[in-house]
Amino acid sequence: MSNSSAQARTNPLNTIAMHGALITYTLIALFPVFVILINSFKTRKKIFREPLALPDADSFSLIGYQTVLKQGDFFLYFQNSFIVTVASLFFVLLFGAMAAFALSEYRFKGNTIMGLYLALGIMIPIRIGTVAILELMVQTGLVNTLWALILVYTAQGLPLAVFILSEFMRQVSDDLKNAGRIDGLSEYTIFFKLVLPLVRPAMATVAVFNMIPIWNDLWFPLILAPSEEVKTLTLGSQVFIGQFVTDWNAVLSALSMAILPVLVLYVIFSRQLIRGITSGAVK
Amino acid sequence: MTALTLTKVNKSFGSVHVLKDIDIEVEEGEFVVFVGPSGCGKSTLLRVIAGLEDASSGEIRIGDDQVNLTPPSKRGIAMVFQSYALYPHLNVRKNMTLALKQEKQSKEVIDARVEEASRMLDLGDYLDRFPSELSGGQRQRVAIGRAIVRQPKLFLFDEPLSNLDAALRMNTRIEIAALHRQLAASMIYVTHDQTEAMTLADKIVVLRDGRVEQIGSPMELYNNPANQFVAGFLGSPAMNFLPADLLAEGDMRTLGVRPEDLQLDDMGAFDAKVGHVEHLGGDTNVIANIGPHQVTARLFGQHDVSEGDEVKLGFAADKAYYFDKDGARLG
Ligand SMILES: Nc1ncnc2c1ncn2[C@@H]1O[C@H](COP(=O)(O)OP(=O)(O)OP(=O)(O)O)[C@@H](O)[C@H]1O
Ligand SMILES: [Mg+2]
Repeated sequence: MSNSSAQARTNPLNTIAMHGALITYTLIALFPVFVILINSFKTRKKIFREPLALPDADSFSLIGYQTVLKQGDFFLYFQNSFIVTVASLFFVLLFGAMAAFALSEYRFKGNTIMGLYLALGIMIPIRIGTVAILELMVQTGLVNTLWALILVYTAQGLPLAVFILSEFMRQVSDDLKNAGRIDGLSEYTIFFKLVLPLVRPAMATVAVFNMIPIWNDLWFPLILAPSEEVKTLTLGSQVFIGQFVTDWNAVLSALSMAILPVLVLYVIFSRQLIRGITSGAVK
Repeated sequence: MTALTLTKVNKSFGSVHVLKDIDIEVEEGEFVVFVGPSGCGKSTLLRVIAGLEDASSGEIRIGDDQVNLTPPSKRGIAMVFQSYALYPHLNVRKNMTLALKQEKQSKEVIDARVEEASRMLDLGDYLDRFPSELSGGQRQRVAIGRAIVRQPKLFLFDEPLSNLDAALRMNTRIEIAALHRQLAASMIYVTHDQTEAMTLADKIVVLRDGRVEQIGSPMELYNNPANQFVAGFLGSPAMNFLPADLLAEGDMRTLGVRPEDLQLDDMGAFDAKVGHVEHLGGDTNVIANIGPHQVTARLFGQHDVSEGDEVKLGFAADKAYYFDKDGARLG
């Protein structure tokens, strides 16, 4: 197998075909984003008349951005989305890693059952429980707070996080952890100082897989936190989509700005992400 | 005084009974080697002594204290692992000092001990490097240094040399022997390499399937094995086993002869056909077949024997060992 893959790498025809396929895929994947970006800088008329043309001196307009920044509390929405995403990721990674460590490191009764139970959520979408969640949030008075969203997204992200991270933690050398125990490190120090740094690529993978669905989600903000001061960006952008008229300039501008932070986070995580994916695939 | 006493130690993983009624004593300053085939429970026994696994039953004493419930870091032990197990995010100096910092030792004590250990092991040049920047041999020396700075009552080594190449293994083996003389500390050393066992040990413990087969000095075990397993395990090439039936009709015992005791001898008892010859210069190993049984004769010096030769093999009567059909040694 290693032999054939080495050949595939050295054969120039294969290399060209491979890169061709990847570049084509990249272009297709990025095309909608590109269209959104260029059109967010054009006047409304031009958006409809020549949707694929680049903005020029004639068609260039910042009207969309002006609307977005003026109307609605765009920065507040942005801040809400950011808080919800970052806090949810933090809790998913923290609790996911801790549960994964316990499952992979300690032998206790019901270890396997517990692991399966925690992984069950991968197959059952959390939205099925929306009504129950809403009732719960009403009773606990968390409706229309960011905590409602953070808690739900944490619950939503944990199953996959536990599943992926426990697989990676099983690969961390027992000798290393035992050396730490003999040197007098507490289990917490072993977890935070020895194990977590070694599974960083896996953590980045989990972070990226969770980040985008949370950032883009419309469902739970609409149901659990629709009031003005806790609106997320995705929900906030909906004001521009009306039943009768849609302010396309504003929608496109809002979307363009919404892409940015995801892009930044992705760049931060991507190197670790690639290592996480390939180390899983190659081994 | 004894450094370590194990009394009736048992260990089970669920329904798998891995250690069975282990009784071992290690004297102060003694170098004890645990040997046995793969999977016989050597590492498990070491981990039980270290406190990384709890014994299912039995008593563990280190020095005068019963330590069954003492956490590893408080047992006064240090361990060197086969995989080195250096902390990848710390440089060599910090790897060595971590345990001392956990014990809240003063900076002077820490510096002095690192100084001392790095002098003993020639680590001076590497103190600021990270483990990933060291070769296998250097990493293992750092791992040993990390054990030394703690000044433990008992050193535990789990196959520390098995990841090194042959030449380095020999050098490091000599270094460990020298270290034992310098420190005069009690050491327990796990290996499945019987050369390491023979050369390093004051006392060898032979394990099989979680049981102690025999305990004694290397020469005691070599000259006076308690059973067929110990006889076959120590010595290289291994002892030859033949049915005693070949010599005396109806004899149900098993005959054991060490390769160096088997000689080319025109008056010899066995007719053999040479299957293969290894010329080592100093020695010649003759692998021959006596009927369906393969035996090895180790001849001193160089001999003109070649494949396919018909030879006669003999041995001195006082060099023979006899075992019953269960492998127990007879008279
Ligand atoms: N955590 C565990 N759970 C279940 N069985 C185990 C566990 N650890 C070890 N064993 C079993 O205990 C037996 C002894 O294992 P151990 O690692 O002590 O062998 P060893 O003598 O060190 O072998 P080697 O020379 O290959 O290192 C093996 O049969 C192994 O399968
Ligand atoms: Mg072992």
